[in-house]
Amino acid sequence: MNLPEDLKYSREHEWVKSDGKTATIGITDYAQERLGEIVFVELPNDGEEFEKDETFGVVESVKSVNDIYAPVSGRVIESNDPVVETPEILNEDPYAEGWLIKVELTDPRELKDLMSAKEYEAFLKEEGE
Amino acid sequence: MKNGNLTRSGIQFEEPLLFENSTPGRKGCSFPTWKGKKHDIPPALARRQPARLPEISEPEVIRHYTRLSQWNFSIDTNFYPLGSCTMKYNPRLNEEVARYTGFAHVHPLQPQETVQGCLQLMYELERYLAEISGLSAVTLQPAAGAHGELTGILIMQAYLQSKGEKRRKILIPDSAHGTNPATAAFGGFEVVQIRTGRDGILTPEVLREYMKPDVAGLMLTNPNTLGLFERQILEVTGIVHEGGGLVYGDGANMNALMGKAKPGDLGIDILHFNLHKTFTTPHGGGGPGAGPVAVKKFLEPFLPVPRINMLPGGGAASAGGGPASGWSGAPTYALDFDQAQSIGRVRAFFGNFGMLVRAYTYIREMGPDGLQRASELAVLNANYIKARLLPHYHLPFGEGTLHEAVFSDKKQKDFHVSTLDIAKRLIDYGYHPPTIYFPLIVFGALMIEPTETETKSTLDQFCDAMIAIAQEAQTDPEKLQKAPHLSGHRRLDEAKAARELKVRYQF
Repeated sequence: MNLPEDLKYSREHEWVKSDGKTATIGITDYAQERLGEIVFVELPNDGEEFEKDETFGVVESVKSVNDIYAPVSGRVIESNDPVVETPEILNEDPYAEGWLIKVELTDPRELKDLMSAKEYEAFLKEEGE
Repeated sequence: MKNGNLTRSGIQFEEPLLFENSTPGRKGCSFPTWKGKKHDIPPALARRQPARLPEISEPEVIRHYTRLSQWNFSIDTNFYPLGSCTMKYNPRLNEEVARYTGFAHVHPLQPQETVQGCLQLMYELERYLAEISGLSAVTLQPAAGAHGELTGILIMQAYLQSKGEKRRKILIPDSAHGTNPATAAFGGFEVVQIRTGRDGILTPEVLREYMKPDVAGLMLTNPNTLGLFERQILEVTGIVHEGGGLVYGDGANMNALMGKAKPGDLGIDILHFNLHKTFTTPHGGGGPGAGPVAVKKFLEPFLPVPRINMLPGGGAASAGGGPASGWSGAPTYALDFDQAQSIGRVRAFFGNFGMLVRAYTYIREMGPDGLQRASELAVLNANYIKARLLPHYHLPFGEGTLHEAVFSDKKQKDFHVSTLDIAKRLIDYGYHPPTIYFPLIVFGALMIEPTETETKSTLDQFCDAMIAIAQEAQTDPEKLQKAPHLSGHRRLDEAKAARELKVRYQF
């Protein structure tokens, strides 16, 4: 499984890449594989704000519909429109082309609560995978 | 393909659309020439070109639909082990009784005294369902399970409002049917998902963390979607009640409990039944559903109207000019619309009456012992399949499952074979695949529910096919990855179909 070292991970299987002020958020390789072929993605509009653990979008695959939970609190500064139009990008390239949103962080300290690649890998093992 | 003593092959026909069969000028019916006045539809709204309807003869239409009907895969043609859906056989006696003139040829607006038999049947069915559920009062109106859920949630809301309580949250375990959170959200509540424990059931410890003063109630399915009886249910329902909430029971899996345990005794306050699951009325295209809701006594005032009342015979109600129900002294039945706290109607007239007749017939035919035996056999059949498939498929929550068995593709993953591949391969063997990828807490779930009516040889043939597929996964994974091979169409691109939705004919 592909788990880039420079990303932070959440228990809800999102990844976060941050410079301390803004963050890019997506779903992990594990999440896209578990979902199967993704057919529909719903993302928030620019300017929308949400708290950590709130849902900010929806990913639908041939198997199921899943909420996407915010791994950190923030305000949306950009959404990845091509992913909405071509959801298969999310299956093909979840860490680069398949990013979901960019946010301005409300509380950068929340980044500390996220897992490193190693910790996330251990978390997946513990979950029985 | 040979499997057991049956020779099977996939579906073989190819049927064009009616539009593709259309020939200009051909007619299937002729209308008399209109000699009345010209229509007065405003010109802006009137159609300028004739409607684009297929032009086709009557025999062509009949053949088209008859051929399509021959493709039907149903419980009348094959084994249909769709987990959670309880694809029960629909006894023919139900059909015979539903066709009695007195049931089939009545109008819902007929005077009550001319449909006393229908009202009696509904009244008695309510009593039977109350007895089976261990609850006090029943409405037969809801048209399906999810509709019953909504009715139940509206009753919960009306009750809380009557107490002046503002509780906004509904707790739902992560093993629940997707309709539960949808219902709660549609009813205006906030959905809070609870994680089930390692052994697949809801634990009192976890529930306590979530049971806050703003929680209106808990929606619980028992046995749950893993087929597991919620062993701590008395403690669970106790916690919700102590916290001032109500417990909604999703009765989808009543086929494991019927006659064995009463949800009311387990602390459930509101429960819906799926007559098209537990009580043998047809599913989906075979007929509309029916989702009666049963409640505890204190919730009865909130049930939808009209309610059906029985008036004891020999009294004032049947004296002089009363309902013509035959001999004097017989009870009469009357609709009661006068319920100030009722949530109102949830459906036109009285629900799907034809389904009520079928469910009533089934209950009367089986009797209390028969219903109990049906639950026992449903559980036995599922456990037989579980035991035979256990060496071949991974079973994440195996201990003590009741009427269904939930396997996963974990063993087959090593050979790059997924649940979807196994399901598609089953089509080649002549079986409707079980429910797949549900419940969500089992990755790659394969959910098998055989119901009580199948013979051991049918169960064995199905298990043989499943075991053969497990072996194929090891020896010839590609055969599974490309299945089905024998059906009229090969594997459909479900992702493409969902991404590029086409819902009408393109002229």
